[in-house]
Amino acid sequence: MLTRRIIPCLDVRNGRVVKGVNFEGLRDVDDPVTLARFYNDSGADELVFYDITASAEGRPLFADALRAVAAEVFIPLTVGGSINTLDDFDRVLKCGADKVSVNSGAIRDPSLIARAAKRYGDQCVVLSMDVKRVDGRFHVFARGGRDDTGLDAIDWVRRGVDSGAGEVVVNSIDTDGVRRGFDVEMLRAVGEAVSVPIIASGGAGCREDFLDVFRLDCVDAGLAASIFHSREADIRALKRWLNENGVPMRLVED
Amino acid sequence: MIAVVDYGVGNLYSLTCSLRHIGAACTVTREEEALRTADCIILPGVGAFGDAAEKLRALRLDALLRELAGQGKPLMGICLGMQLLFDKSYEYGEHAGLGLIPGEVRPLAPVLAPGAKVPHMGWNSLHLNRPEDPLLSGVREGDFVYYVHSFYATGCGEALVASSEHGGVTVAGAVRRGCVCGTQFHPEKSGAVGLRILRAFAMGEGDAAC
Repeated sequence: MLTRRIIPCLDVRNGRVVKGVNFEGLRDVDDPVTLARFYNDSGADELVFYDITASAEGRPLFADALRAVAAEVFIPLTVGGSINTLDDFDRVLKCGADKVSVNSGAIRDPSLIARAAKRYGDQCVVLSMDVKRVDGRFHVFARGGRDDTGLDAIDWVRRGVDSGAGEVVVNSIDTDGVRRGFDVEMLRAVGEAVSVPIIASGGAGCREDFLDVFRLDCVDAGLAASIFHSREADIRALKRWLNENGVPMRLVED
Repeated sequence: MIAVVDYGVGNLYSLTCSLRHIGAACTVTREEEALRTADCIILPGVGAFGDAAEKLRALRLDALLRELAGQGKPLMGICLGMQLLFDKSYEYGEHAGLGLIPGEVRPLAPVLAPGAKVPHMGWNSLHLNRPEDPLLSGVREGDFVYYVHSFYATGCGEALVASSEHGGVTVAGAVRRGCVCGTQFHPEKSGAVGLRILRAFAMGEGDAAC
């Protein structure tokens, strides 16, 4: 039986992991390799790395960190952040990424999804979308949640999947960092519009939040950062508890 | 020495890292001599079947792999590399494979129960159809491995070594005929269980089946 997945997300700037609250006020957490190893040992099902390095000078530091992680952590790695061209796909895939997530780059140039899917396969292309309620509709935001594109999230996710995205991360700006639960309403609306795996992101504050979001058939994975980085939630205990509550989970040996 | 076949399909960084991690020496190559002298061969691959089969043919690796497998050299295909071991695939057309394992590769989407997703992506539990297979020496019934694929091998008969269920369909997880074996899942991405499978192949435990 296919399990649901628990995915810690690591925001990386200049090779170090940071975590933003509502996309602002970043603070240092830990070293990427240390965290990756810790999460792998705890039973994380995948790891997501977002490169939030603002300058070109920081890019090689991210590549070094990714290579170091991929050399000793043998679970799927997804990389996002500053992915605008096929060369960007190539750059991170060569460092050990298995999947590449596109966000603002695909909004600027929607053909990027189709071109990447053709070259690397659908399974490699993850559409990551930052979504926020605007006048009773779900709008897609660009540039780390700063710009309202006016795009309707339902239209955008369908277009992305039709173009070849093999997986979708739906991040609710409305619930991100608030830690009062995933945005179940938004996830249902966006997730039920397509038939590829959906990763829920934004709002995890306690284990019950994961149970709530996994009640949605359309949600395949739960992604979170601060709740794991702060060690308020232990992935091993969370997965065991979810499993006891009827959510199929991969349990790792102690 | 393990030769990892480099035919321009997919990303070999994780695979080579995982082999080094378990202490297996490996080389990434498309040179005939290196493949002939290797102790065993891994055929990786992601992407489309037709393109990959064409690349193997263009590099004349198809005939070489068939010849070496015929001589009893252990060969393991991973993901698309496993699918290439079969007779043919119906991925966007009809394409001939290496014909080393009986069966064919078909799209998952038309046969899945409603609500089951494509790609079949994530961790799925393994049923050991042939638990005595040397590849599975470190694997227990119900262990989880990581899959990501939209086409699946079927009609493998006796070659089916381990399988998983997705949307009511039995997906071939691991297959073997003689010294030729393969996994649809990614052992290099399947945590400790996957590393044990790679170790079983790399350390020659797979030879027992030849």
